[in-house]
Amino acid sequence: MLDRTADNVARATPEPLAKKIRGISDKGLAWLFISPTILLLLAINIFPLFWAIYLSFTNYRANRPNEVVKNLGLANYRRILGDQDIWIAMQTTAHFVFWTILLQTVIGFTLAWLIDRKFRGHAFWTTIILVPMMLSPAVVGNFWRFLYEPQIGLFSYVVSFVTGIPPTNVQMLSNVELAPWAIIIVDTWMWTPYVMLICLAGLRSIPEYIYEAAEVDRASNWRQFWSITLPMALPFIMLAVLFRGIENFKMFDMVNLLTGGGPGSTTEVASITLKRQAFESWRTGYSSAFAIILFVAVFGLANIYVKALNKVKQR
Amino acid sequence: MSLTTAHSVVAPSSNAKLIAGTIIIAYALISIVPLLWIFATSFKTPPDSIAYPPKVVFQPSIEGYCNLFTTRTRQTPEYINALGPATGFCDETVRKRNMVIAGPSNFLPRFVNSLIIAFGSTFCAVFLGTLSAYGFSRFKVPLADDLLFFILSTRFMPPIAVAIPIYLMYRELGLSDTALGMILLYTAVNVSLAVWLLKGFIDEIPREYEEAAMIDGYTRLQAFWRTVLPQATTGIAATAIFCLIFAWNEYAFAALLTSGTAQTAPPFIPTIIGEGGQDWPAVAAGTTIFLVPILVFTILLRKQLLRGITFGAVRK
Repeated sequence: MLDRTADNVARATPEPLAKKIRGISDKGLAWLFISPTILLLLAINIFPLFWAIYLSFTNYRANRPNEVVKNLGLANYRRILGDQDIWIAMQTTAHFVFWTILLQTVIGFTLAWLIDRKFRGHAFWTTIILVPMMLSPAVVGNFWRFLYEPQIGLFSYVVSFVTGIPPTNVQMLSNVELAPWAIIIVDTWMWTPYVMLICLAGLRSIPEYIYEAAEVDRASNWRQFWSITLPMALPFIMLAVLFRGIENFKMFDMVNLLTGGGPGSTTEVASITLKRQAFESWRTGYSSAFAIILFVAVFGLANIYVKALNKVKQR
Repeated sequence: MSLTTAHSVVAPSSNAKLIAGTIIIAYALISIVPLLWIFATSFKTPPDSIAYPPKVVFQPSIEGYCNLFTTRTRQTPEYINALGPATGFCDETVRKRNMVIAGPSNFLPRFVNSLIIAFGSTFCAVFLGTLSAYGFSRFKVPLADDLLFFILSTRFMPPIAVAIPIYLMYRELGLSDTALGMILLYTAVNVSLAVWLLKGFIDEIPREYEEAAMIDGYTRLQAFWRTVLPQATTGIAATAIFCLIFAWNEYAFAALLTSGTAQTAPPFIPTIIGEGGQDWPAVAAGTTIFLVPILVFTILLRKQLLRGITFGAVRK
């Protein structure tokens, strides 16, 4: 389309002259291009956020819109911090986040390390492993209910076949002890590929010559792993951990469909409590206060995440 | 061979490769069993689907798909015998269970809703995202880093927390349970991903192309349109697929903000029930139809996957 001369002229043209040639001023165009996005986010994300902050100071109930709204000050926040159920939900969430991240990081990193041995056909099998993470957590989570079904479910059948426990006793979703693990298993199945993919990128970012130098120095494989592989892949592992941490902290869809928070409230993670308070008990003001608390927590984590993101980007 | 000596020092031995390969293949096979089971269940009859022990070998049937697309009512054998001959395979299968087809189910309209909302929001998000990404990539925007962080942070908001005020706002504006409302919402969620991903892609296009075009007499806008956009098509396509997958898979907002006319497939599929509980073959059939497009997209995207899931930070 353009010949070399034009290219050279462009390079040689001083910046002020180039500016004159352009139509709309760059500043104008920049705002023209960026402002629609900002406006949309202000309307759909920020305005509702401020509304939620306002509601969090009131006793508003969405199912009684005509009732007089009373200003409660900080009462909702004080009640949340003293609410036993909220603390139990936070503990359930912490248990879920801790175990999913631990399992996913260990399994994900191991898989990435094995794939990095570059055996024949590794690209194909990597793609197969990646499939679960692209699917809808709700739709697939819903189907896991069938796999977990005692006796007729495939998962329960395999467990009873391997362990010898009678098949009707493998009640993954209705047993108080097992239900938290049922959601951890599905989440790990689904998101280990995510951690694996990022770890793989980390492993592949390590330049070959470092290993060659270590080899020359006769460093053992074990030593190479601990002093080269792991430290150099660490920023990537952190990235995956942070992102999974944020996502699982606000986990809703999969848990809602698998257990709905039950049995009782054994799997009631923070988002499920929030949904029950907001859309079943209709305590809009109270649940808004809880939402704001969760949002602040996620915002803090997201801040750290973006810093990690920029750090990895420089590699 | 002689050239590869430097590499062979650190290349894994063939034994290590064999062990690594075996473990990876075993993991891959185990991890897709649930998906194969969904696919298999969609071709089982309801009695086969709940057999003990679970049936691996079975006579395939499309009863699940029949049940997915229809609603049925139970009738007496006399009533069924009095009807004319069955009009097709589904009719015949259903009659064997002493039922008649009463009409179409809600699956098709919900599936169409998913298509409209996913494509609509993807188009808007990619359109807005491309403009913003170009703006951030090429111009000195004041507070650019803060704005970019603001844009990304909106994606991290817990959906239920956002849903409370959105629910109230949409009720006021008459957007509850409308496709337009869902498109706006998904656009807002996806635009953050689109800006971050596309900024990475546009950063990679040399500025010299546009500058040369402007020397040729194009305005900045024309240069953007004729030189940057054509170069960014791969990036735009990959971004669009990521947005599409998110909108297609989304459940939390859809479950809380839609109930009927604008309901998408994810909140609908779990509600498919037959007589005496969940109709698993029909659920599996719906799940299969719902998942196939994503499988195709995942394979198309495999080279860009890493970029998509890290908001463009990790490129290779």
